[in-house]
Amino acid sequence: MRHLLSTRDLDRETAIRILDVAEDMAQTADREVRKLPPLRGKTVVNLFFEDSTRTRLSFESAAKRLSADVITFSAKGSSVSKGESLKDTAQTLAAMGADAIVVRHHDSGAAHQLAHAGWIDAAIINAGDGTHEHPTQALLDAYTIRARRFGAGARGRDLAGMRVAIVGDILHSRVARSNVWLLTTLGAEVHLVAPRTLLPHGVEHWGATVHEHLDDALAAAPDAVMMLRIQSERMRDAYFPSAREYARVWGLTAERLALLGPDTMVMHPGPMNRGLEISSAAADSERSTVLAQVTNGVSIRMAVLYLLVAGSSGTAEPTGVEG
Amino acid sequence: MVARTVLHDADITRALRRIAHEVLESRRGEGRLVFLGIPTRGATLADRIQRIVDEIEPGVSSAGSLDITLYRDDLAKTPTRTPAPTRIPAEGVDDAIVVLVDDVLYSGRTIRAALDALVDHGRPRVVRLAVLVDRGHRELPIRADFVGKNLPSATSERVSVRLVEVDGADEVTIEP
Repeated sequence: MRHLLSTRDLDRETAIRILDVAEDMAQTADREVRKLPPLRGKTVVNLFFEDSTRTRLSFESAAKRLSADVITFSAKGSSVSKGESLKDTAQTLAAMGADAIVVRHHDSGAAHQLAHAGWIDAAIINAGDGTHEHPTQALLDAYTIRARRFGAGARGRDLAGMRVAIVGDILHSRVARSNVWLLTTLGAEVHLVAPRTLLPHGVEHWGATVHEHLDDALAAAPDAVMMLRIQSERMRDAYFPSAREYARVWGLTAERLALLGPDTMVMHPGPMNRGLEISSAAADSERSTVLAQVTNGVSIRMAVLYLLVAGSSGTAEPTGVEG
Repeated sequence: MVARTVLHDADITRALRRIAHEVLESRRGEGRLVFLGIPTRGATLADRIQRIVDEIEPGVSSAGSLDITLYRDDLAKTPTRTPAPTRIPAEGVDDAIVVLVDDVLYSGRTIRAALDALVDHGRPRVVRLAVLVDRGHRELPIRADFVGKNLPSATSERVSVRLVEVDGADEVTIEP
């Protein structure tokens, strides 16, 4: 693994390896010294063309815990045309000696272009590109589901037989896309729930079961219900009649919360629109993994940074004489 | 040429028993013992030694494992390794007598990394080192306090430790 651009090209073995390394990273949270040395002397650049406080802080914190030097480059508002701007920025960062670039961009495919255009020889981590993918979010969601279900016995396992419902704006959601590919690779059964207007074209080929009403998906007794944020900044057209209508048909209300099975977890990538896609009763309940997702996000990003940046290139596990 | 067995199962058991006695003796009747093995086989050996110590003097010791992957000095020069779990006993390492346990002592670089990893978990009163086999060729000023067997070897030779829990059999072999 040289870059992390998408969960679509992650095989089962690599995905489980990332989750397992994240378990090790999570352990350091309760130590006396929370810092680890493997990225000492390495430079990680956070390149954010789009606002995202949570993801940026999470990556920053992950890189710092691994002892990397962190540079944050907020390129928002640049008026240079996209292709050139990205190229110029990449070449600047290359000149600064960046070992890894965490990129968030409003255009789908930006991370891929950065990785393959030959502008820079650094590991590229996609922290969200347009409506395309957000692989570390999917990894932290899978980690959260696995940890909740299996606890200390989570290591080495996949999500075979688990049922996950993803609810909301599937059309614009990179979180949903990344999750569909990853959860499916890990053996889970994915159900998508959205108003017809918020389902992307060709969703029937994603290998997931599609429902138009939340109640139909809940009837399938999911192990996890993942509520997506209604992204008002992307709602340029009328996708649903009103917020109240949306909350009534697709929101996780207190009434629906009461119908969930005893072990069903409620997930949300944050930030939440309370009262719209998720009720406070659901967000603050015992079932909610919202805060665990934030904590696990740092562990997952530590694992990804470690696996991409610490070693020399090549993915083979070394064998040979130990010291 | 084939591998030559230098320690059979009974030899390994005897060596670990002797190490357990020596550790208890050096404790001089006080102090909490924490055996921390370096994965994979060091961790197995730490568990075994601790069980013997617990039979002789119950309740003064605990065992765990200390992974050193993230502290290696060759991380940037080799393909990325997957870390192994670290298990620190609930009482922690502060003020304890920590005995690091590994299967083979060779360059000493693993132990250097283990010492770095250890201080991130707390401040032991003393740190000792126990190894099943010391094959020489140190590259750092590190020595073991408790040694199962000194095994003079050439750098070209390969020393392998196999343990029942990991490999299905107990033996130490050397091959050219």
